[in-house]
Amino acid sequence: MPMQAADIETLIKDAFPDATVVIEDLRGDGDHYACRVVSAAFAGKSRVQQHQMVYKALGGRMGGELHALALQTSAPPAD
Amino acid sequence: MLDDATKERIEQDIKSEDVVLYMKGTPVFPQCGFSAAVVGVLTHLNVPFRGINVLEDDSVREGIKSFSDWPTIPQLYVKGEFVGGCDIVREMYETGELTEMFQTRGIDAQPA
Repeated sequence: MPMQAADIETLIKDAFPDATVVIEDLRGDGDHYACRVVSAAFAGKSRVQQHQMVYKALGGRMGGELHALALQTSAPPAD
Repeated sequence: MLDDATKERIEQDIKSEDVVLYMKGTPVFPQCGFSAAVVGVLTHLNVPFRGINVLEDDSVREGIKSFSDWPTIPQLYVKGEFVGGCDIVREMYETGELTEMFQTRGIDAQPA
């Protein structure tokens, strides 16, 4: 059962309450999403670590229920 | 799950060449868009690499995910170190970090 964008957003926001999350359904099939996450929790982390943090928030669904998630993560710009 | 034999084999494979790509299919016939994208980037930068087709062996296909704590394929390794999957390789390529990373590790990476 493919995931809904809202479910992905909820899971990520549960793990990163400060995050801004933008999700785009690339093909309208609920299986190929692009997702941009900005959170202070990523500060000082490598890209691999940042993505692993998001995958953990998705509770093992990445690669299974969620086939494709083009992920972009970043910390908010230091102002 | 990652049994010892698979772990040992992966540890050897990722050091077998400077650049190793765990992928679906082969460099000549990638069988997944994301794998094909990484093959495209490496080919464009003229970086020689070894493609390991995870579709040929389920223990490697699942084992590599536990090994790197990364849930998807493709996975790029440079000098035995996990660099990332398709998103990260593409993002690093676009920012120029990928070329820089190759060169700092003594691997020539020049667009044709």
